[in-house]
Amino acid sequence: MNIHEYQGKELLRQYGVAVSYGTVAFSPEEAVKAAKELSTDVVVVKAQIHAGGRGKAGGVKIAKNLDEVRAYAKELLGKVLVTHQTGPEGKEIKRLLIEEGSDIKKEYYIGLVLDRQTSRVTLMGSEEGGVDIEEVSENTPEKIFKEVIDPVIGLTGFQARRMAFNMNIPPKLVNKAAKFMLGLYTVFIEKDASIVEINPLVETGDGDILALDAKFDFDENALYRHKDIVELRDFDEEDSKEIEASKHDLSYISLDGNIGCMVNGAGLAMATMDTINYYGGTPANFLDVGGGATAEKVTEAFKIILSDKNVKGIFVNIFGGIMKCDIIAEGVIQAAKEVSLDVPLVVRLEGTNVEIGKKLLNESGLNIVAAGTMADGAKQIVELVG
Amino acid sequence: MSVYINKDTKVLVQGITGSTALFHTKQMLEYGTKIVAGVTPGKGGTEVEGVPVFNTVEDAVKATGANVSVIYVPAPFAADAILEAVEAELDMAICITEHIPVLDMVKVKRYMEGKNTRLVGPNCPGVITPDECKIGIMPGYIHKKGHVGVVSRSGTLTYEATHQLSEEGIGQSTAVGIGGDPVNGTNFIDVLQAFNEDEDTYAVVMIGEIGGTAEEEAAEWVKANMTKPVVGFIGGQTAPEGKRMGHAGAIISGGKGTAADKIKAMNAAGIEVADTPSVIGETLIKVIKEKGLYDACKTH
Repeated sequence: MNIHEYQGKELLRQYGVAVSYGTVAFSPEEAVKAAKELSTDVVVVKAQIHAGGRGKAGGVKIAKNLDEVRAYAKELLGKVLVTHQTGPEGKEIKRLLIEEGSDIKKEYYIGLVLDRQTSRVTLMGSEEGGVDIEEVSENTPEKIFKEVIDPVIGLTGFQARRMAFNMNIPPKLVNKAAKFMLGLYTVFIEKDASIVEINPLVETGDGDILALDAKFDFDENALYRHKDIVELRDFDEEDSKEIEASKHDLSYISLDGNIGCMVNGAGLAMATMDTINYYGGTPANFLDVGGGATAEKVTEAFKIILSDKNVKGIFVNIFGGIMKCDIIAEGVIQAAKEVSLDVPLVVRLEGTNVEIGKKLLNESGLNIVAAGTMADGAKQIVELVG
Repeated sequence: MSVYINKDTKVLVQGITGSTALFHTKQMLEYGTKIVAGVTPGKGGTEVEGVPVFNTVEDAVKATGANVSVIYVPAPFAADAILEAVEAELDMAICITEHIPVLDMVKVKRYMEGKNTRLVGPNCPGVITPDECKIGIMPGYIHKKGHVGVVSRSGTLTYEATHQLSEEGIGQSTAVGIGGDPVNGTNFIDVLQAFNEDEDTYAVVMIGEIGGTAEEEAAEWVKANMTKPVVGFIGGQTAPEGKRMGHAGAIISGGKGTAADKIKAMNAAGIEVADTPSVIGETLIKVIKEKGLYDACKTH
């Protein structure tokens, strides 16, 4: 789960990690009010959307006075910002961060991620900040440094200092930078983050080290123990179909094709998308109904798939192990009736009670094509959608 | 022979009184798995499905000599359940539970360093040696005893592949689901190594998916060490970058972990990769025919 920059900075502040000062604003009036409370003449007006590349896309403005703050706030709020991370449809700006301008002397990069190879949290840093870190890692990998963290001990002082020296942070600021990193690690662990990126981390003219941006992603599996983080969720930033799916404990991802998919199991769901693609079709979604799907869940899944107006046909691919095929068939029939299905439906069932399931489908009186195998089903739905 | 589990394996079910665990305990017993004990704190002294329940893993092991545990404990408590199995020095702990916080698993992995227990999973379908021992949630009837080893990051996709093999009369020595989480216990290389050393396994099917670099590392290992043919499949060839495809570990980030990279690495290691999941069985049969292993693998 992602949060906004201003929320990330608030979280860092709670842990004593140095950040630039600012307040969130939802209207030009609030923006001006927020700017008045800042101690600097120069004020930064920053679009708050869950995507990087905002600066390049024109989502960050430097205002020299309150009139400019108002003008920029008016300009940005309601505007659709397209960055390299939003996709071509972009994201509407609904919130702004009004922040004190910083006297930037140098920009760095610092981040914490889980390294899958070592199964450890890893601190990454570079003196190449303010730019796309993936490009740095591509072009000048020698400028990225890593410290692998033992979960028992946590990030140590010497590791943080070594990182600061490696990043070429001026020696007199190394202790400040180390304190920053230690605080960042504490937030990461205590809030079950999966990624924290500070890009840029800046050295200011008056010798401070602070976060000018903050990107957080949290482990969804750990949200049950962080009610405070859950409250930061901004539904405007998420796909409405994905929100609806999560309410019913369905794993759904919106894609841009026209064949709706309903599958049990994440691996099989991905493989089903691949198979549709192989036969020349394009999947409209990834949807895993999980191991213990009920007729109600299948109905909800159908409703979500059909709420996507691009869907021209549906392919249900179920390998019933724990889930019995007759239960699935009942769910499919009930759902098809309830939503008065008017697009082609191909169902492939395999597994426990498959014969009863197929019989139910055939006797339902509905226009359902029963497929023998996954390939057969994919081929048929691609042909039917045309 | 087989890997990890066989007819003599004595199984302990952690969280046995939960509804999912109960259902699968019945299924495993019906399959013939020797379930000797269950553990649910506070339910010690009771019995379910004729299996005695204990308060702690330690008590269960002392009383029954259980050597492998299967964990169905809910996610918030699952990491602790793994630690308990490791502390009791079981040979293996198979964790079925999904949605375990990843930082819990980071701690578990650290605790397990230097310990004797092998962890399989979490978020996996389990391990099965057909006709001998089924531990987990996979449907037993799709498996057939034989000589092909199966290792996979995904559950239902493994069923798909195994089912194809069985339909073609190609049985399996053991099928191991290693799970879809970013931090797990047993990895591809561990299982490939076990299959390589198992005299009853003649060929291996390896099923991966997008995210991480486990398949690339496994391919390197195969190239350097594997003496038996391996065929593969990678799920998520059409998945877009930055979208997590159900499994916590299935995500392409920063251009890394793509299916194309994995297939390239596997091909370079001599692993034939099936174009679609529907032809995993066919691909294996083609390869074992080329290697002259078809007759040996065919179950009569």
